[in-house]
Amino acid sequence: MRMKTSDDALARAAAAGDAEAFSSLLHRHYDRIFRLAFRVTGVASDAEDLTQDICAALPAKLSAFRAEAQFTTWLYRIVMNAAHDRRRRHASHAKAAKGWGEVEVARRAEATEAAEALDWLTRAMRALPNDLRDTVALVLDDVTHAEAAEILGLSEGTVSWRMSEAKKRLRAMKEAEHG
Amino acid sequence: MADDFDDLMAAFDAATPEPDAVRKRKAIALAEEIFARHQGSRDGVRQTHQNGRMSRLLSGVSTMYMTLTSRAGLTASTALVAVGLIAILPDFRTPQTDFAPDVTILDGVAQNADTEGQTMGRLEERTAEPSPGPIGTTDGESADASALAPLLDAPVAAESMATSESVLGGVQDRPLGILQVSPRMRLDLQDDAVLVAPESDTEAFAAAPENTLKVVAEDPVSTFSIDVDTASYGIVRSSLSVGRLPPRDAVRVEEIVNYFPYAYPTPQGPHPFQPTLSVVPTPWNDGTQLVHIGIQGEMPAVEDRPPLNLVFLIDTSGSMQDANKLPLLKQSFRLMLSELRPDDEVSIVTYAGSSGQVLEPTRAAEQSTILDALDRLEAGGSTAGEAGLSQAYRVAESMAAEGEVSRVILATDGDFNVGLSDPEALKDFIAEKRDSGTYLSVLGFGRGNLDDATMQALAQNGNGQAAYIDTLSEARKVLVDQLTGALFPIANDVKIQVEFNPAVIAEYRLIGYETRALAREDFNNDRVDAGDIGAGHRVTAIYEVTPVGSDAIRNGPLRYGDAPALASETGELGYFKLRYKAPGQSESVLIETPIARAATDGTEDVRFSIAMAGFGELLRGGTALGNWSWGEAIELATGARGDDPFGYRAEAVTLMRLAEALDR
Repeated sequence: MRMKTSDDALARAAAAGDAEAFSSLLHRHYDRIFRLAFRVTGVASDAEDLTQDICAALPAKLSAFRAEAQFTTWLYRIVMNAAHDRRRRHASHAKAAKGWGEVEVARRAEATEAAEALDWLTRAMRALPNDLRDTVALVLDDVTHAEAAEILGLSEGTVSWRMSEAKKRLRAMKEAEHG
Repeated sequence: MADDFDDLMAAFDAATPEPDAVRKRKAIALAEEIFARHQGSRDGVRQTHQNGRMSRLLSGVSTMYMTLTSRAGLTASTALVAVGLIAILPDFRTPQTDFAPDVTILDGVAQNADTEGQTMGRLEERTAEPSPGPIGTTDGESADASALAPLLDAPVAAESMATSESVLGGVQDRPLGILQVSPRMRLDLQDDAVLVAPESDTEAFAAAPENTLKVVAEDPVSTFSIDVDTASYGIVRSSLSVGRLPPRDAVRVEEIVNYFPYAYPTPQGPHPFQPTLSVVPTPWNDGTQLVHIGIQGEMPAVEDRPPLNLVFLIDTSGSMQDANKLPLLKQSFRLMLSELRPDDEVSIVTYAGSSGQVLEPTRAAEQSTILDALDRLEAGGSTAGEAGLSQAYRVAESMAAEGEVSRVILATDGDFNVGLSDPEALKDFIAEKRDSGTYLSVLGFGRGNLDDATMQALAQNGNGQAAYIDTLSEARKVLVDQLTGALFPIANDVKIQVEFNPAVIAEYRLIGYETRALAREDFNNDRVDAGDIGAGHRVTAIYEVTPVGSDAIRNGPLRYGDAPALASETGELGYFKLRYKAPGQSESVLIETPIARAATDGTEDVRFSIAMAGFGELLRGGTALGNWSWGEAIELATGARGDDPFGYRAEAVTLMRLAEALDR
């Protein structure tokens, strides 16, 4: 019967300490978290790691879930913030090892290398600046502009602007590729 | 285009791989295990979450250290040379309580609701949820997440209290609840591995029994240390805002009185501050009078200050998007802009997210240009642009001109991804820039990611301040103070001693300052520590005195007591003495003046401060005010609101009304 319970109810039960509810919730949403993680990272192994981080942090975060937002909106926001943190950590770890310039060069080289292995679409996504890519990743996941705005903490107008900007760039890239 | 996008969507769906089944199983198992452990640790912790309201109130406390060296007097007058440590315990904010919407308004973040409507909407939601902060790193480390989360609230409380101890520790020989929190706690909590201290400790307040009525013939001298803290007001506000009366022990009347700015006469003579004494009728007792002592600290000549060059170095990384970060920062800077002179120049440099200089150095007179640039700032992404700090300094140096003061103001939620990664190199870099005339201040926003130690290190080396900003009013205080240089300490160990004339006054009672009492002999002992006073600070102390012959005398004459020596017919009600040390000095200076008998109605400021004293007394529920009612207190406060440009007093009246309703 549990599978029919709403996300919000499950989340509230889990927040109150119901382990079974937590388990159902996680099984239900794991793939969704992973999909979004993949779209914002563009690399499957990174997405796996990110998803695991989020899973590990969820119990603590969930205990304070108050159902003011829809569960999925709340969850998406956690994924997005985790992705930001991960990128940031990645950048600062790398920087601790080398000077910034070198890191940037290394990062680009690494990115170029990885990109060759990916199809055009993923490459295009990775070519987008982070903020545009995050927005596209959400909207691609059937999130409305309004929801995306809420998740990203932006105005709906900004989300729409980012989407049209992203589309413009993707189209330009496509044309460059084909023309 | 829509078709293109549908294609894109389909293609992308196809490109998205399935999650690895093994990883999935492992991750879920890990999460379940953490969940189970989290439940186990929860009972102990929960107390803090549910009952530990005060500890959460305190968790919003910010701390501020400031170290100034001799070069620091630049924005202030040259006389203000000091090495000092200041803690500000300002507005309290409880990030995780279920605030009613009007609470948000009270707390001030929503003051610009019309311009930042969206912010407010988001804020309510975010205050109620945990802000999705940093997530544990992979594998082994991630397991710490569960242990970490319940701790999030407590460290700051512990830290700020520990700070209070070092800073306020005015009365060291008395057990003061709030000062008893061990500084060690801060270290423990930073290890992320120690549970929150028992609730009874975190909720300890600096309580002391209410000052009793003293008979002048027996005990003519009253001695206390000044107190410029305002933390108690924050606690009171937070409590009332969530619909509860504050715990009586949390009410320190002098801190409520001192929260508000009063326009006392400014110092003219050789001393850095000016006491103003007045005698006014007591609103709650016809038979007594109030002796009101207002002390105004010297304000550096702000009019004469050199033009400022300000470079805002703003973190625009993704995590800054929370309502209490970038949006609050924008509002804060807007406030600060209005305080700038036309000749001041402002530039904005961002790092992470968008990068580079987003506003060329612009004269403050061109407000709309600056505001537009601020509005365009957007949090998102985390691409470190270039070495933000060096760029900010370069900009600051390019703006510098003879006789001007340049300052970089770094605003961040804790991401010091500013281009220099070695902390020592960073400190050296900042210190070098300070010596070349550019100062650095660090403003922390939001919680959970804040790297307090780095902030302090940066600011101290930069001769600036590290401040934590949680509400708009806090932002105003900090930023505006920053401009006026009001945080420069002008006097240390300030003690007050009042001797009453037994020929005129039969009884007296000091209102508040219970935790600040000093022994009579401590006054002249320069080794006894007392409170410090900063530039522009003001301190108010109020005595309720009963004149000889009044019906209101509570203590009848003693059969065998000596008749009071009729000291004089000078008309002096008492004698006021104040000792302070100039910063860095070890010998104190004495200011003394007789208190004249002549009573006045008091200025608006005096009356408002009395209303606040009454507010505090009513909250403490003592018997000192007799039948004086909330209604009368509110009337007095309302009538004395005056200009109230920042709405502090209006807010107080609102709180009084709330308290009245709750006290029924």
